[in-house]
Amino acid sequence: MSGPSSSSTGTVPDTGTVTGTDNTRPDTATIWAWLDDVPDPEIPVISVVDLGIVRDVSWTEDERLLVTLTPTYSGCPATAVIALDVETALKQRGVEAVELRTQLAPPWTTDWLNDKGRDRLRAYGIAPPNPQGGVPDACPHCHSTRVSRVSQFGSTPCKAQWRCDSCLEPFDYFKCL
Amino acid sequence: MTASTENALFQCLLRLGDNTLILGHRLGEWCGHAPALEEDIALANTALDLMGQTRHWLTLAGTIEGQGRSEDDLAMLRDVWDFRNVLLVEQPNRDYGHTLMRQYLFDHYHLLMLHGLCDSSDSRLADIAAKSVKEVTYHAERSAELVIALGDGTEESHRRMQDALDRLFPFVGEMFETDAIDETMAQSGIAPLPSSLRPAFDTQLDQVLAEATLSKPTDDFAHQGGRTGSRHSEHLGHLLSSMQWLQRAYPGAQW
Repeated sequence: MSGPSSSSTGTVPDTGTVTGTDNTRPDTATIWAWLDDVPDPEIPVISVVDLGIVRDVSWTEDERLLVTLTPTYSGCPATAVIALDVETALKQRGVEAVELRTQLAPPWTTDWLNDKGRDRLRAYGIAPPNPQGGVPDACPHCHSTRVSRVSQFGSTPCKAQWRCDSCLEPFDYFKCL
Repeated sequence: MTASTENALFQCLLRLGDNTLILGHRLGEWCGHAPALEEDIALANTALDLMGQTRHWLTLAGTIEGQGRSEDDLAMLRDVWDFRNVLLVEQPNRDYGHTLMRQYLFDHYHLLMLHGLCDSSDSRLADIAAKSVKEVTYHAERSAELVIALGDGTEESHRRMQDALDRLFPFVGEMFETDAIDETMAQSGIAPLPSSLRPAFDTQLDQVLAEATLSKPTDDFAHQGGRTGSRHSEHLGHLLSSMQWLQRAYPGAQW
């Protein structure tokens, strides 16, 4: 899987606009940086790149930008909005020929949420997924480890409702998937 | 792939997609009516997962069929006899106990089927199964916990859960029925034989029912006819008339 660090041989433009010709076509590292500005529609403090749903960015031989996305939950209503937001963001930067591809396998996992995203979730009041044991490691408000589950499902398909037994505040937990 | 294998695969995909579609719709009927806010959200989210899975299955079914039918065409423009879901999932919600018991019985069959499909010789099915199995593991965990909590709960909740089990158990057998379509799928390594999943299902069912202090009915009579479409219950027609009315009244309407 390629990531933000894997740049191709294209040249980086000085500005955010491109004309679509070979010389000014932004390299994939630039595209990744642009996509990192596209917020998740449900949890706007993290980007679609933080969430790990942008699988790949590449230029095709006929100068189209191919962006591969993967859904989080099969029925997540944000999936269609994310696709539209990605396309809109790229077109605003001047990339006209964008092709979005959906890839199911390997299935998305919360392990792909990056450290920046995890920190931002915590600051926003959402406990990030905890692969060890599948329960939040601490209350995102007061950092107490005395927490209990209220409901296995929450305000979006990716979250569950928890409560802190120390500060008594409820909070969302980003479930492991 | 031969034409007969292709046709069996189409039927197999309809069975998978119709199960999740019809159960997803049933769960959606609770939206705004569940006994507690958390339960309302849980059912709606489970329904959403099932609907998302439906889209994958029926889109692939349409591709295999090759007649240009989309997921929406298959979901919204077929009549009762063309549906291939098991009878269990079209059973009405009745009370919350029935809804949860139906969910538990289906979830555990569903989980076993998806685990088998993860090893499918057809990567398109394996990919969808690998995606779905993560969501369904969560569904199965939740429904088993609730069956235990309510079965081993108050006198009232115990009575309702036993009543639900007695009423729904005759719909369990059909999920493990094996016909020529299943044989073709199993021979091609595309899908596991439903009958091969039964022992694991029974072991798990016995454990959960014991913890829930519920008694499994001794009569193993099984209603059949959903997976073949030959004998759906009248409930499915009522469900479709609600689910499909917009496309029937305004053909081709889009958001």
